[in-house]
Amino acid sequence: MNRRTRWAGEVESLRMALTALVLCAGVTQATTVEEDMVWTGGLRSAYFQDREIHSDDLITLEAPQRAENAAIVPVSIKANVPQTEERYIRTVWLFVDKNPGPLVGKFHFTPASGRADLGLRLRVDAYSPVRAVAETNDGELHMSRRFVKASGGCSAPASSDPDAARQQLGKMKFLVHQEDGEEQASAVERHSPTHSPSHRPTLAQLMIRHPNSSGLQMDQVTRLYAPPEFVEQVKVSFEGEEIFRAETSFAVSENPSFRFYFAPQREGEVTAEVIDTEGRQFRETYRVSPVSGEIAARP
Amino acid sequence: MTADNADNRWLLSLFIHAAMISSATMWPGGAGAAAASTVQEIAEGVFVRQGRTAVLFEADNVANLAFVIGSRCVAVIDTGGSFAEGRALDRAIGELTDLPVCFVINTHVHPDHTFGNKAFDRENVQFTGHEKLPRAMALRGDTWLQRATEYSEAPVDGSHIVLPERTVDSEVQLDLGHRMLIVKAHATAHTDNDLSVLDVRTGTLFPGDLVFLEHLPVLDGSINGWLDELQQLMREKYERVVPGHGPAHAAWPAAARPTVDYLHDLREKTRAWIARGGELGKAQEAIEAARPEQWRLVEQYHQRNVGAAFAELEWED
Repeated sequence: MNRRTRWAGEVESLRMALTALVLCAGVTQATTVEEDMVWTGGLRSAYFQDREIHSDDLITLEAPQRAENAAIVPVSIKANVPQTEERYIRTVWLFVDKNPGPLVGKFHFTPASGRADLGLRLRVDAYSPVRAVAETNDGELHMSRRFVKASGGCSAPASSDPDAARQQLGKMKFLVHQEDGEEQASAVERHSPTHSPSHRPTLAQLMIRHPNSSGLQMDQVTRLYAPPEFVEQVKVSFEGEEIFRAETSFAVSENPSFRFYFAPQREGEVTAEVIDTEGRQFRETYRVSPVSGEIAARP
Repeated sequence: MTADNADNRWLLSLFIHAAMISSATMWPGGAGAAAASTVQEIAEGVFVRQGRTAVLFEADNVANLAFVIGSRCVAVIDTGGSFAEGRALDRAIGELTDLPVCFVINTHVHPDHTFGNKAFDRENVQFTGHEKLPRAMALRGDTWLQRATEYSEAPVDGSHIVLPERTVDSEVQLDLGHRMLIVKAHATAHTDNDLSVLDVRTGTLFPGDLVFLEHLPVLDGSINGWLDELQQLMREKYERVVPGHGPAHAAWPAAARPTVDYLHDLREKTRAWIARGGELGKAQEAIEAARPEQWRLVEQYHQRNVGAAFAELEWED
């Protein structure tokens, strides 16, 4: 074998195994039953045993039907009930059935979240159902499902600029967004009984510079697959009170970004804490204050 | 093998489906289609095999390929999207000169420019690429080999990935015998491993995919970096350029204008979207391409470009 030619025999078998894992020539005619085979064939019972799961509209999963870039597939989960002390969504599981590791993450909310909405970006390795399962504080499970065709069906290629993420690894941004008119109207409509305008939940975004690599990419120098290196835990609190917490996998895209809500009713400090698979810990705090009815955040 | 019957059935149906696709999808312009007549001499000793605008992998001759003939030997600039396409280029060279190929320069990692490398993988051919090309080939090659295999009749295996022996971190000169090529490494732009090549004798620049015409530009590196690199190149004088996609040659700096205008507009719109706190998915739906009528493949690549631009620009301070 020419020495310039890559893929020595020693990794060939591993590569073939991976090829089988991500093999996904266009399955365009599959029925829902076929699409859901991974879920019904073991994924469901592995996480939820024989618990009842309602397929209703407690939550709505939004995802593109066809994702043009399988490495950054934007998905969002909208909760159609407000977070109150009496009844709230406490956990959302997110799955991409046909990813090498189907569980994208577990996301935890509290009444202080205001709304159990979530926005993030995923790696999708194959044409696959994406599903969110929400658990309410009384232990009920509710599911929303979408089918996503990742571009080309198969693969979420590695980062286009690995050095950029690496150079600033651990850098974070915390933003609060004034919602645009459309989102605001729907928010009021959905939550008007429980939130006065001034205490309307605020849309926040946490961004983390991290390669979030899957470990499924071969290192050309060592000819081995580099160990996975990704953000495992995220915790955001306001004045010491948890508002958002997540346990995540490499299915979250490079430079993880999470959009969620919280309902600060006074000035205070937001703390974001992140731990990755290397045991690195990143922590940043931000001052959040209501400014003329609007919320602003600064480091 | 732990797969149960259900999984086996699923896999089997995939294989059948894949076989149907590959028998139905022949590569137009593949083996045998090429001859010297498909190559045009755009300047003295400078030849271009023009690609045709199509989606990656749906054809293997998407990119413009070129070669330059010196008094000692020949340099190849990009090798096409398949072994067959590389072979066709090699044959076209053989019909025009008895001189050997001594250099293969890959302007960047994308498979429409590199998957013909195997056709030149022999003694005394030195492969040249950006210092970041080996990593990009190693990390992303596997994905593309699988995609190419889906479309190809012959298996596309690891031997199609030929790494550069010589890597460039700033600039090198390659001597073809009384003829110098200047190979320049660029900062992250179209990809993180872009090279441009200048044939000094004729003033012909090969900017690779830093310059697109007809085929919508594809962003796979840095939108800021790409605009910066183009701005610098546009200050230079060249007799002509060979864009990575589009016509075989074009005038400079006019040839850069469409790419610059598209990227500039994309950057402004995306920045505005981010400033309003908009999310990536909605931006992909809402942001439209500037002057879509002057491009092809807008449907296939524009949304993807918005996502790539968004993911970069949201980290701007």
